[in-house]
Amino acid sequence: MNKNIVFCGVGGQGTVLASRLVADAAMKENRHVMTAETIGMAQRGGSVFSHMRIDDKQEKSLTVVRSPLVARGDADLIIGFEPGETVRQLPYLKKDGWVVTSTRPVQPVSAMIGLSSYDSEAMISYLKKHVAHLILVDADQALADIGNPRVLNIVLLGAAIRTGEVGVEPADIVEALHARLTEKVWEVNEKALAYAG
Amino acid sequence: MKFCAGYPGTPSTEILETIAKRNPGNVYVEWSVNEKAGMEAAAGAALSGARALVTMKQVGLNVASDPLMSLEYIGVKGGMVIVVADDPGPISSQTEQDTRTFGMFSKVPVFDPSSVHEAYEMIQEAFAFSEKYHTPVFFRPTTRVDHGYESISVEEPEEYVYQEPEGFKKDASRWVIFPKLSVRAHAEIEKRNAALSDTLSSYDRNFILPETGKFRKIGIATHGVNYAYTTDAFAGGDHPRVLRVATPFPFPEKKALEFLDGLDEVLCIEELDPVIERALVFLCGKHHLSVTIRGKMSGNVKLSGENSVDEVRSYLRKFYAETGFSADDVPAEIPADDAVPPLPVRPPVLCAGCPHRASFYAVKVAMKGRKTLYAGDIGCYTLGNAHPLDMTDTCLCMGAGINMAQGVNRIEPDTRAFAFVGDSTFFASGITGTINAFYNQADITLCVLDNSTTAMTGHQPHPGTGRTIMGDIVEAVSIENVLRGIGLTTVETINPLDLDHAVEVIRRVADEPGVKAIIFRSPCIVKFRPSSGKSHVDPDKCIGCRKCIRELGCPALVMDGEKAAIDPSQCTGCTLCEQICPVGAISGGGKNE
Repeated sequence: MNKNIVFCGVGGQGTVLASRLVADAAMKENRHVMTAETIGMAQRGGSVFSHMRIDDKQEKSLTVVRSPLVARGDADLIIGFEPGETVRQLPYLKKDGWVVTSTRPVQPVSAMIGLSSYDSEAMISYLKKHVAHLILVDADQALADIGNPRVLNIVLLGAAIRTGEVGVEPADIVEALHARLTEKVWEVNEKALAYAG
Repeated sequence: MKFCAGYPGTPSTEILETIAKRNPGNVYVEWSVNEKAGMEAAAGAALSGARALVTMKQVGLNVASDPLMSLEYIGVKGGMVIVVADDPGPISSQTEQDTRTFGMFSKVPVFDPSSVHEAYEMIQEAFAFSEKYHTPVFFRPTTRVDHGYESISVEEPEEYVYQEPEGFKKDASRWVIFPKLSVRAHAEIEKRNAALSDTLSSYDRNFILPETGKFRKIGIATHGVNYAYTTDAFAGGDHPRVLRVATPFPFPEKKALEFLDGLDEVLCIEELDPVIERALVFLCGKHHLSVTIRGKMSGNVKLSGENSVDEVRSYLRKFYAETGFSADDVPAEIPADDAVPPLPVRPPVLCAGCPHRASFYAVKVAMKGRKTLYAGDIGCYTLGNAHPLDMTDTCLCMGAGINMAQGVNRIEPDTRAFAFVGDSTFFASGITGTINAFYNQADITLCVLDNSTTAMTGHQPHPGTGRTIMGDIVEAVSIENVLRGIGLTTVETINPLDLDHAVEVIRRVADEPGVKAIIFRSPCIVKFRPSSGKSHVDPDKCIGCRKCIRELGCPALVMDGEKAAIDPSQCTGCTLCEQICPVGAISGGGKNE
C-alpha cells in the first residue's frame, strides 16, 4: 500500500527520529521510501516538518522520479507533535485522512513576550471539526505515566502505528529503535511505543 | 575518490559527515577552515591525479570562487567534483544564487540531479566526465535533494574500483597560471564547451519524454527536483512533451532543438534563475524558431522562492488553459481555509540555556543608554536579532561584521561599535578582518562568541576544537594567541553565564581605544549537555513582573497564570534568569558538584 505521511512539530521535539524509524521499518519490508525534511536553522524552536512517501515498489527507470514532497490533499496521515503545527500542516491531509496529534501546546517566545498570540484550544476545536479520523494524545498524562519527559515522539508514533495508516509492522519499528538508540533507552522507548493511555 | 574537503553549510554539511562515517579507511576527509581552503586543497589533490571532492553551500562558492576561476583555466588531472548545495527558498541561506549561472560564468560544466538515487548515480558520471575532459565540474543538488532521504542500493566498499593517483608531475607550462597560458586556455575552454554541448545532447540524463494523448505543440522544460514535481503533477494522465535538463551548462543545444521541433509554446519550470528559459530563448533566436518560451521572465513562474508540487500543478493548469488544452488530469489547487485560527508565529530562536543569549544580554546591559552598533555575523548567534534581545544591527556574510563595524565607526566615531563573531566563523574569515581593523586603527570591540563548535550546521569540529572530522586529536588553535599575535593588547576571556562579571568587563573594555577583544567562552548546550540542576520558580516569591520572560526570551520560561514558570524539559540550569530576577524567586540551576 502506498502511503504519504507528514510529521510535524517544533524543532527539538524529535520529529526526525520518528520519521527515520518509520523509514527504517519500511526499508526492512523492501519498500521504497522518500522523505524531505526541514533541518538546519529551523531546528531552533521553529516549525519543522518531514514529508514521507512509502511505495510498494520502485520503478527502475531514468525518467521516473517521484517528488519527495507530498502535495496538498495527498497525505494519508499527519503525526503532529504540537496542535498548532498540526493545523499548519492540515491542508496536506486527504479528505478522509487520519491525524494523530499531541494536544500539548508549545508556546512560542513571540507569544510569551506579547508580540503574537497563540490560542491552542482553538487549534483542538478546529481539528475536531475538520478531521474525520482524529486521535488526540494527552502528552502530559502519557509522559507522566511513562515517567520520562523525552519520549513524546515515540508515544505519538505508537498511536499512529495502531491506526494501521503507517502501513509498517510494529515489530519492524522496534527493531529500528534498537538499531538507532543505545540499549539503556530501549525499555522506556518500547514502553512509550506501546503506551495506549 | 581519495580526497574530500569542505566547509559546513546547510544543506551541504551531511555529505562530508557521511563520507567520514562510512570511510572504508583509505579516503582522506577534512573540514577545511573555509571553502577557499577546501577548493585549493582539493585542486592540489586533483593535480596529483587523485579523485577529489569539495563540498559547500552556494554562498560558500563565493568564498571559493577565486581559486575556482583560475583552476578552470589550468584544468585537473584526477577527477574533481565541486558539490555546491543550492537553497531555493532560501530555507537557511543569505541568497538565492544559482550555481547553474555560476557554471556559465566560470565555464565549469554543471550536473543537476533530480533525486537522491539519481545523485548517487550521477556523481559517479560527473567524476568520470571530469577526468575525461580535465575540468573540474559542478554538482548542484538543491535542498529537497540534499535533505531528502531515499532508499537506494549502494555498492559495498569492496565493489568500488580504486585507482592509485599518479602523483604530481612537475610541469610549469601546465600548472602555473600566466597570461600566456590564460589566453590559450580561454580559447580552448570555449571550443571544448561548444563541443561538450553536442556530447551532452547524447547524455541519457538529458532526455525528452514524448507527448501523450491529446497533447500537441506544447512542451515543458524543467530540471532538478522540479522534474519530479512536474511528473507528479501529471498524476498518471496524458502530458505534453517534456525536456529534462541534467546539464544546464554546457546546455545540450541539439537535444533542446529536438525538443523544440514542432512546438508552439514551451513552459519552463525552474527554481532560482531562469537558466533553461534563457537558453531556449537564445536557441529560438539563433535558429529563427517561432516558439513562445514562457517561464519566470514572462511572469508564468514566480521569480523567487522554492516551488511546491501544488504550485507546479497550478502553473500547468494555467499553461494548459492558455494553450487550449483541458487541465482535468492535473489536480486542482486546494484553496486555503479562511477559517483557520491564527497559527503560532514560530521563528527559530536561541535554545534554552544557549550561552549566546547571556553574551548578548551582558553587552546589552553594559551598554544601556550608550550609542551603539551591533554588527552580527553568520551562525546560531544571528538569532540574537530576535526580540527581546534585539542585538543584531547588521548581518551580511561570513566574517563581514568586523569590518562593517570598522566602517560604521569611521563614519560615526561616537558610536561604540561591537562585532559579534562565532568561533568557527572567526577561523573561517574573521582573522583577516581583525588584522584589517587593527592595521587601520579602528576603534571597535570584537566579541568572539566561542561555544567550542560549529553549532548551526550540526556541531562540526574546527581548528579551535583540537579535533578533526577523521577523529584525530590535534593541536588546538588558540583564539587568544591569534589575537595577541596580531597585536591586540586587550584580549579578555569571560564566562558569559557570570553576568555581573561579564558586564563589568564589557564596560571597561568598550571604552578602551583601538581594537580590543572579549572572548565569551561557554560550550554549546546542545553539544555538551550540562549535567546541571534545573532552575525552578518559587511561586510564593515570584511577583509576576515578567522581567525574566520580557528580557531574556528563553523558550523554557513561561507564564503559569500570574507567575513565571520553567519548563523542566527545556531548562539547562544556565542560571541567567536566576541572576536577573529582582526578588530572587528562581533557584536550583547551576552545576551539580
